[in-house]
Amino acid sequence: MIVRISGEGQYELADDDRDRLNELERAVVAIVESGEQAGFDASYQALLDFVRDAGAKVGDDELEGSDVILPPADTTFAEAGREFTGEGLIPE
Amino acid sequence: MAGLGGRMSTVVKAKVSKLLDRAEDPAETLDYSYQKQVEQLQNVKKGIADVVTAKKRLQMQESTLQQSVVKLDTQARQALAAGQEDLARAALERKNVAQTELQSLDTQVNELEAQQQKLTDSEQKLRAKIEAFRTKKEVIKAQYSAAEAQVRISEAATGVGEQMADVGLAMQRAVDKTENMRARADAVQELEAAGTFDDITQLGSGEDDIDRQLKQLSSQPAVDDELAKMKGELGQGEAAPAPQIAAGEAAKPDEGGAA
Repeated sequence: MIVRISGEGQYELADDDRDRLNELERAVVAIVESGEQAGFDASYQALLDFVRDAGAKVGDDELEGSDVILPPADTTFAEAGREFTGEGLIPE
Repeated sequence: MAGLGGRMSTVVKAKVSKLLDRAEDPAETLDYSYQKQVEQLQNVKKGIADVVTAKKRLQMQESTLQQSVVKLDTQARQALAAGQEDLARAALERKNVAQTELQSLDTQVNELEAQQQKLTDSEQKLRAKIEAFRTKKEVIKAQYSAAEAQVRISEAATGVGEQMADVGLAMQRAVDKTENMRARADAVQELEAAGTFDDITQLGSGEDDIDRQLKQLSSQPAVDDELAKMKGELGQGEAAPAPQIAAGEAAKPDEGGAA
């Protein structure tokens, strides 16, 4: 599974990592939907850190499309609020 | 997939399919895609140059403001040495505003710096992908039948198209940030124009808008503290008050306080 962090690059994750990714992603969506900013940065960074740590960087000269595209690391709570809705980022 | 990722993916995919819908003949599609990619890369370079220009502009403003800070400090000292505490206070208030502005400019310059770095990284990745695409298209052209080639082209173009869309989004973010800064840059220019006092002796008279705004800040402890400190340095502590001369009288003796 290839995950792109927008503005940063692509990472290849094992299919086994999908559950953990979903879990982290749901936590972010829950915070955004609650409308309470507290905890947003930490939970979003946790999601990105998981991708960076668990994933292997995809080479710049590889021509793979991503399965999941995550917003940039400097996404603000307000930006996320405008764009995150419903079921979230990662297809079940 | 209705989240932000879904939305972004949709944007990306739309761009990619636009790229692919152009021609039916695979060889033509390939050459056309490649040509578009190279054009896009030029646009990215132009975008980076714009960010660099915006950053330089802010840096120039920073150095002007820094000069103002030094000048206002000197003027405050001169005023205080001449026993004109009101003038000294006004100069310190302006200095205070300039310093605050300087700090926020500094933050923005750093932000633009980070944007520039990100875009440059993105551009390098895009360039690498375009180069890989160029190599791959020759292989596809030489080795595959038309039907197969169509599939391979889609795969290859997805990778490069997604990178391209991503750098496009990063560019947009940088542009948005630059726009936000423009209003502030204009405000700073106004401050510069009001800037330091060309002739300190004129200060005691008319009040301009800036003066009125500054007065609202005049109770700021920072200004009081600095004034007190400056007095101490000049040997004008509480024990030895300077002769009280009204600013207006000192500046314009010929008017004799008639106003």
